[in-house]
Amino acid sequence: MKLGANILIGGALFLVAVLAGVFAPWIAHTDPVMDANLMVAEEPPSREFWFGTDAQGRDIYSRVLYGARISLTVGIFAQLVNTLIGTALGLSAGYWGGWWDDFVTGLTNLLLAIPSLIFALAIMAILGPGLTSLLIALGLTNWSFTCRLARASALSLKSQGYVQASKVLGYGDLRIMLTQLLPNMLGPLIVIGTLGMGGTILAEAALSFLGLGIRPPYPSWGSMLSEARDQITTAPWLSVFPGLAIFLTVLGLNLLGDGLRDILDPQSRSRRL
Amino acid sequence: MADEAGQSHLGLHLPLNREGRIAEGDPGRDREPRDLTLSRSAARTDPGSGPGQALPLSAGGEGAQSSNAIAQADEAALLEVKDLVVEFQIAGPFLGIGGGTRVLHAVSGVDLTVRAGECLGLVGESGCGKTTVALSILGLVPATRGAITIDGMEIGSRGSIDRRRLARTVQMVFQDPYASLNPRQTVRRTLVDPLRLHGTTNAGEIEDRMADMLRRVGLTGDHADRYPHEFSGGQRQRIGIARALILRPKLVLCDEPVSALDVSIRAQIINLLLELKESLGLSYIMISHDLGVVEHMSDRVAVMYLGRIVETGDWRAIFERPGHPYTRGLIAAIPDVFAPAGVAADKVRGEIPSPFDPPAGCAFHPRCPIAVDQCRAPPGPELRRLGTAHEVSCWRAS
Amino acid sequence: MTLLAVEDLRIDLTAGGISHAAVDSVSFEIARGETFGLVGESGCGKTITALAVMGLLPQPLAIGGGKVRFDGRAIESLDADEMRRLRGKRLAMIFQEPMTALNPLLPVGRQIAEMFILHEGASWRDAERRAVEMLARVRVSAPERRARDYPHQLSGGMRQRVMIAIALACSPDLLIADEPTTALDVTVQSEMVDLMRDLCVANGTAILMISHDLGLVGSMCRTVGVMYAGRLVEVRSSADVFKSAAHPYTRGLVASLPRLGSRAAIGQQRLQEISGVVPSIADFPPGCRFHPRCDRLTDVCRTVAPGVTALAGNGRVRCHHHG
Repeated sequence: MKLGANILIGGALFLVAVLAGVFAPWIAHTDPVMDANLMVAEEPPSREFWFGTDAQGRDIYSRVLYGARISLTVGIFAQLVNTLIGTALGLSAGYWGGWWDDFVTGLTNLLLAIPSLIFALAIMAILGPGLTSLLIALGLTNWSFTCRLARASALSLKSQGYVQASKVLGYGDLRIMLTQLLPNMLGPLIVIGTLGMGGTILAEAALSFLGLGIRPPYPSWGSMLSEARDQITTAPWLSVFPGLAIFLTVLGLNLLGDGLRDILDPQSRSRRL
Repeated sequence: MADEAGQSHLGLHLPLNREGRIAEGDPGRDREPRDLTLSRSAARTDPGSGPGQALPLSAGGEGAQSSNAIAQADEAALLEVKDLVVEFQIAGPFLGIGGGTRVLHAVSGVDLTVRAGECLGLVGESGCGKTTVALSILGLVPATRGAITIDGMEIGSRGSIDRRRLARTVQMVFQDPYASLNPRQTVRRTLVDPLRLHGTTNAGEIEDRMADMLRRVGLTGDHADRYPHEFSGGQRQRIGIARALILRPKLVLCDEPVSALDVSIRAQIINLLLELKESLGLSYIMISHDLGVVEHMSDRVAVMYLGRIVETGDWRAIFERPGHPYTRGLIAAIPDVFAPAGVAADKVRGEIPSPFDPPAGCAFHPRCPIAVDQCRAPPGPELRRLGTAHEVSCWRAS
Repeated sequence: MTLLAVEDLRIDLTAGGISHAAVDSVSFEIARGETFGLVGESGCGKTITALAVMGLLPQPLAIGGGKVRFDGRAIESLDADEMRRLRGKRLAMIFQEPMTALNPLLPVGRQIAEMFILHEGASWRDAERRAVEMLARVRVSAPERRARDYPHQLSGGMRQRVMIAIALACSPDLLIADEPTTALDVTVQSEMVDLMRDLCVANGTAILMISHDLGLVGSMCRTVGVMYAGRLVEVRSSADVFKSAAHPYTRGLVASLPRLGSRAAIGQQRLQEISGVVPSIADFPPGCRFHPRCDRLTDVCRTVAPGVTALAGNGRVRCHHHG
């Protein structure tokens, strides 16, 4: 069944990545930062070093596992912040309309005009590198899509009879937005959130690749790619494994998001013939 | 009908049957409404005639009822709408800059009164403003001009509205049962949340009131924990009615409550609304384009056209002796097999004009079969008395 | 002279591997120039019956049995091309929502003209002239000007007139009208009904009128077929169906409708109810599908689907306890 396949495969891939990060301390072979043995630098994959070693002699397998922690933390939390900001702005803009809607729409359009990566770069330049600045930069720059979605949903839902009924029953605006509108928008928001997570993971990889995110020696998939830049032809395993990790995780999230959309959407369509 | 509800308001003891319903007679059995009108209008226009005036009502014990009717008539109306005007500014295509804003004249001067225990029918087609009037009474749409007083509370063009109190006084039953319930809430939550919001905290009391309301609308306790999509259209409408009544309002606006339902169950819902009106002593404003529904439910009827009331009166007067050509046109539009005998009516031609651009003078003149020059020039006609408690807004009505 | 003959039609709805009969053993005939009304509530199958006649059943639905004969020929035997040629020229349909049925990007005159070009090979100029004539016939004022308007510039009633113009442009033998007036105001509705009736009488076009509005169908059509839960339960002349309905459903319907004048006539506000709910296709009851709501219920009704009984005046009814 096509529908389930997306969710199963995507979910499995994402789960593997999450578990890798969570259980890294137990399933990694070495310490990702401290265990550097220049004697075994740039060795191809072997029985001892499953993914080979990098230029400092560190086990790539362990670094990929620990790298999962960074990439997924950033991906998940930054996306959470995105979703919160986007939903709050979009929902209130769609519901209230008027000058607030004009303001939020203008802000959203402004944000969409600036490539989000460049914007994040600018923020990182001000805040300096590191995990927290990464979270702030990514969280503040990727909410426009969610905002548009939340606003469109709020606009279409607010004319439904039950929303009017709530007003007539004396519900305040905030209560209506939270209890009547939000629960009926969750479907599309979840889908966008899942797909967006893939985007933030890629953004983190890009920023770390550029040297602005996680700095060496701490492993992040992006910074590992950055370090392996010059050795692509001589020691391809340095780039292949972190690259594969990014690819499979984001693929998994995309499949999961698509699968969720297929399940959550047609429910209303197949209701009555 | 109005009498029985009036009695319950005055706190008189009513014989109840096993189901807790009023036992005397069939709820909704008419008692010569024409004479009832006489009693009320007599009280209004002839203060000199007291309870001693012999009112020819049939059943026994009616003498006490008549004095109550007159006493009731002296009470302030539950709802009073005076000169309500609602206009919407719609921005032109160029953000209102140099493209002009157009004004939508939704309601152009409407007076209404609803007494306790009474059902006022509001009839009209699209663009007549009946839904806008309802939304104004509910405080959902701000009035441009005019005063709305409900149960002593003022909600009009000025000042802020006490929404909590308003919610406990007036409620609405919506037209589309498929869109008027939150699909993500169980029936229980839909009924219980408003109670909690308005200060009922005792869990036992909440449960009792919810169960009581479900029973009254013909549902059972099992239904409480289900979601809207598990119910049929008629059942959803019952839930909607339960929701409207859970706060025990005095006035309920019913906006086309059966139009979206299957025809074979419309009678069930109409009967339910009639029973609830009796047992809970409610007043209704019944909004519909369906004359049959309005006739069965209403004590008095107001006919609206393009934002104005063109005729108002007792249900019998309106439907049996219509004074306005539009009212007659509405009756003439009824398919032949269902057309009432004895009402001569000319069909109305043409289309309803746009509320952006209502005709000058009498708004109905372009479609009126008996329009004359006076009708085409401003000012438009006013409501004038045609008969007992019967007013028409037409230059040609004698 | 029979124009349309529906014989023992069954339409199946297949979802998730399971087949339900959405319409079952439906048979009726329409003669040339006759007006026939199909009346019923949601889920009764009236619309899909009409779609079956047009050969337009959408995917999960398909004709599972019986025949539809148009002018003697079974439509299942026609291939897609032949069917397409029939539609518009001899068989026309109008729908409830004219806004969705009209092309929003073309002026209405052009949409009517297309009919003449497609089906009668007329030239552009000729077709446009005849389109304006058609607009005049559907009583649109200033038809030359209106022909250049786009659908969104017209009111609901106007659009419906355009739909009628398109449908009747090539003088079809049969016009199928599916809830054509439901979205219109009552005063406009009655005008539309008069217009359809006049035009069809003038052209000799037969009408199959589909509606939930018993009064509308009764006033417009000479014969009325009442459908309930996928079956045709009664077919009578419209005069008989109101005065002496044979099926308890029809009886109950006629008695329960709030009509002007009935409150004074019956002396009370309360209406006579039919209990229960309309069953959805997944829960069609066994035996007679109306039995859970019927006041003449006996054991046989629960298990045995009633056969057709002929009645006086060319009527038919499906009921164990009719009359």
